[in-house]
Amino acid sequence: MKFSEQWLRSLVNPSLDSEQLAHLLTMAGLEVEEMESAAPAFSAVVVAEVLSVTRHENADRLNVCQVNVGAAEPLQIVCGAPNVAPGLKVPCARVGAELPGDFRIRQAKVRGVESSGMLCSAKELGLAEESNGLLVLPADAPVGSALRDYLQLDDQLLTLKLTPNRADCLSLKGLAREVAALTGAEYRPVSIAALAPVVDDKLNVAIDAADACPRYCGRVVRNVNYAAPTPEWMVRRLERSGIRSISALVDITNYVLLEQGQPLHAFDLAKLSGTVRARFAAPQECLTLLNDKTVELTGDMLVIADDNGPLALAGIMGGAASAVSETTRDVFLESAYFAPEAIAGKSRRLGFGSDSSYRFERGVDYAATRDALERATELVIEICGGLPGPVSEALASLPQRTPVDLRVSRLERVIGVKFEAARVLAMLQSLGMHCVPNGDTITVTPPSYRFDIAIEVDLIEEIARLFGYDNVPVRAPQARGQMLPIGGQHKPLAGLMQLLVARDYQQVINYAFVDTAWETGLLGNTDPVRLQNPIASQMSVMRSSLIGGLLANLQHNLNRRHERVRLFETGRVFSKAGQGFDQPEKIAGLAFGPANPEQWGVAPRRVDFFDVKADVEALLGAAPARFARFEHPALHPGRAASVELGGRIVGLVGELHPRWVQQYDLPAAPVVFELDLAAISATRLPQAASLSRFQPVRRDIAVLVDESIAVQTLLDSLNSEKASIISRIDVFDLYRGKGIDNDKKSLAFRIVLQDIQKTLTDDEVEAAVSHLVTVLDQRHGAKLRI
Amino acid sequence: MRMHAVRAGAITQMSGHTMQDVNAILERGLAALQAVADQVELEQIKAKYLGKSGELTEQLKLLGKLPPEEKRTVGAIINQAKQQFEAALNAKREQLASALLARQLAAEALDVTLPGRGIATGGLHPVTLTQQRIEGLFRSLGFAVADGPEIETDFHNFEALNIPKDHPARAMQDTFYVENGDVLRTHTSPIQIRYMLNHAAPIKIIAPGRVYRVDSDATHSPMFHQMEGLWVDEGVSFADLKAVIVDFLRQFFERDDLQVRFRPSFFPFTEPSAEIDVLGARGWLEVGGCGMVHPNVLNNVGIDSEQYTGFAFGIGLDRFAMLYYGVNDLRQFFENDLAFLGQFR
Repeated sequence: MKFSEQWLRSLVNPSLDSEQLAHLLTMAGLEVEEMESAAPAFSAVVVAEVLSVTRHENADRLNVCQVNVGAAEPLQIVCGAPNVAPGLKVPCARVGAELPGDFRIRQAKVRGVESSGMLCSAKELGLAEESNGLLVLPADAPVGSALRDYLQLDDQLLTLKLTPNRADCLSLKGLAREVAALTGAEYRPVSIAALAPVVDDKLNVAIDAADACPRYCGRVVRNVNYAAPTPEWMVRRLERSGIRSISALVDITNYVLLEQGQPLHAFDLAKLSGTVRARFAAPQECLTLLNDKTVELTGDMLVIADDNGPLALAGIMGGAASAVSETTRDVFLESAYFAPEAIAGKSRRLGFGSDSSYRFERGVDYAATRDALERATELVIEICGGLPGPVSEALASLPQRTPVDLRVSRLERVIGVKFEAARVLAMLQSLGMHCVPNGDTITVTPPSYRFDIAIEVDLIEEIARLFGYDNVPVRAPQARGQMLPIGGQHKPLAGLMQLLVARDYQQVINYAFVDTAWETGLLGNTDPVRLQNPIASQMSVMRSSLIGGLLANLQHNLNRRHERVRLFETGRVFSKAGQGFDQPEKIAGLAFGPANPEQWGVAPRRVDFFDVKADVEALLGAAPARFARFEHPALHPGRAASVELGGRIVGLVGELHPRWVQQYDLPAAPVVFELDLAAISATRLPQAASLSRFQPVRRDIAVLVDESIAVQTLLDSLNSEKASIISRIDVFDLYRGKGIDNDKKSLAFRIVLQDIQKTLTDDEVEAAVSHLVTVLDQRHGAKLRI
Repeated sequence: MRMHAVRAGAITQMSGHTMQDVNAILERGLAALQAVADQVELEQIKAKYLGKSGELTEQLKLLGKLPPEEKRTVGAIINQAKQQFEAALNAKREQLASALLARQLAAEALDVTLPGRGIATGGLHPVTLTQQRIEGLFRSLGFAVADGPEIETDFHNFEALNIPKDHPARAMQDTFYVENGDVLRTHTSPIQIRYMLNHAAPIKIIAPGRVYRVDSDATHSPMFHQMEGLWVDEGVSFADLKAVIVDFLRQFFERDDLQVRFRPSFFPFTEPSAEIDVLGARGWLEVGGCGMVHPNVLNNVGIDSEQYTGFAFGIGLDRFAMLYYGVNDLRQFFENDLAFLGQFR
């Protein structure tokens, strides 16, 4: 909400300067978001009257003017403005004046003619961005008076960012009330008297939706002059509240809305017939509104209707057909109370709101409905003339303010400050609360304009606010000391991330919503979790894998001339699961380009599957994971593996499928991995075993085996058949090529033997190793290489 | 090397000859040693003087011809010469060895200014670094870290937090809806609801995580990071809240004199509520929101709001990262440009 400081000060005038006033409001929870001057600084500009205008002898476009500035003698001023004319009232900057932009007015000769000042446009005074000629003032502007005073330019425009609970401050009246409570300054309300009807004309009003509209008031005013100009003071106050002047009638309703906080509506009486009633819309009813939008009404929308159908969307916007216009002679003024529940949510659904709906959905004072109508009528008659009729009122049961008990002792428990009951009482009363003290308890009935006081803590907040949050002590808490658990069988995420960092991966963070094409194509997910209201079509579904984001990051960085890209991300992925969703956390990585940074002394080679597999193995740590060939739409079918833990697939690692390498226009295939974070975070508690004091023995065997047989198959056989004295079996060499058939490979295994109780004899070692050789031969046709 | 004159006693002419010979041999030998350039030469010189038929050895053989009374004197003189030569020989040997080592070391010297080899290290995202730092601060005060799902039910994200349907406060947070009507959580506050539903008071947690709002410009991202804090116990008051927040902000920004302001505000799930401002070079800067947990929220999760009070606060992790590292555009955090991310190591 934006308003003029001077307007507020006409209602309450505390001894604070503008800055202090703004600070006061901000620290009371009415945040001043912006404060700007109504006009930039300038001096010695007065209201002047142009007495005569004659053409400059030496310049076509210039005129020599005699100007009355209220001094004994008129001034001669050379003026180039096209609209200068005798009789006009315009601003005149006198010699010595300082105008915006460091512009000083001096006595001067303009093409040989003396000029003692300057007649000003709005732009020259900083009052407008653009202007076309002199700023023409009203004919009754007093000559010689300072322009700043006449136009009340020494004013600040305050913009408040009000929270939804403070609907009572959405008016000058409400703000004045609040400032009075905060400062103790006197609140001088606009006096409003009931106008006696001059004509008998009235419309019947009725309420068909008593809960949604408990009160509806209206009044006919006949013979109004639609074309009457809006007075300068009203235009000014409206403009300084950010509202453009439209016509006197509309301006008046806007003015009363700002001043009293009560939205009003003016109907063209000629367009109404029968009884005006507040009711819910019937099916299939339509209404074209003032913003030219036609709305299909639904049964939960409250409308104002006459016998012919809906006239206005109650509390939100008037209809186009019944609005006042140049042809209007008689008006029907509406002032009503619509319940917040009846209005709330509608403007969001419609996609537009209004100053009116903004107030009604937050709460408008139901006790001030008639006052606002009287105030509006008074202004209509003052400005547009006209003959008022009697007020018609339909009344159902208005809301009741329920008394709320505040325990003074509770204040200390919540705020941490001890309060005296008398002080609390005074604070509450300053806010217009009706209070009945009874020992520790004060029974408080909030005023009709406060919609935010329903339970004790609402009052506690008011006391804290008035006391001042700044005044609450900063007191280090006293708490029972208790340690936090650290589970020994859980790898913290920070450790896993650090491990990847140490292995040269950079963490990234991507949006969780992605392009549908990624999901369906790259991941083969035909039923991703869709957003109802995505901000863009390429962010319309929730990701089911982190890999898509990493590929996009790769492209982005390749475009920026990075040749080596190694990224990881952790985060949730999403898929449907019955009625709900699965949202596990994943950790995923991508490696692209040279295995090592380009450097001296290291032969360059591309990162490959086994480099990244080693990174995955490092993440898995001691977990007994198994890798197996794996088919995945994103991955090269021959170069992808699943990661199994406890018989369950918990992740994958592989090279990007050539199809996607081509589609993403990548110079080579990146290797990616993705693991289920929960699965790899669980770890066993290590149990120390006693170490052997005897020397281990190492034996190497190399076998020739069919190319098609996986190493894991051989290892499985070896491990299942190994004697108890064998402590480890590892692959340490792989050879293909010269000396070996094309369909064969040579694999070398290192076998470590060690006994806990004695030194092993050669015979024992030979027996254990030759058994394994036999196993490999018999099960897999593997032949020992000599 | 200084030569020691061989001491002469009362001696015969013959023995006088011998002594002169010994001195001359020693003198020559020492001179020869001095000229030696390598181990091979050294061994040759050694053989020439101390070998089986070396010159000094030969002198010893002559001892037999001397009268017994002179034998002892002359023998001592020869032995002395021998020892002197051996000492010089050993010194020379050591000199040669250390010269050899020095040459070897010089030959093996590296250009130690060449860069180290192998892989480099990566880095964490600045938002993660910020989150870890803040988690560390709050852990030190006994706050546990909690987490929750990002697709949330309306109940956890709104209703339980005292934000009924159609409440104007919902307009404060433009919400992403998924197809079944659930929402992408608009704040980390639903984590406190889940935690309170599953844990009895006292409760002391922080809950960092990704949150989503329909908003996108230089200062807003449709996805960003928040961190929620919650402390529910008997006797927790607004004064405690102020102390924890002020302590946190001063520790985080490493400034003991940081000015912190609590400004009354409104959140449906706290009352009294406050915005948290810090005084920066260009005036007050909003860094978060906080307040005393609304009794409706405590009641919604089955905590007795008469017995327990609590405070909650929420901050933007991205915003804290921006302030801490001097990042001006929020969007840079999610562009994932390696040149940008590489700065935070």
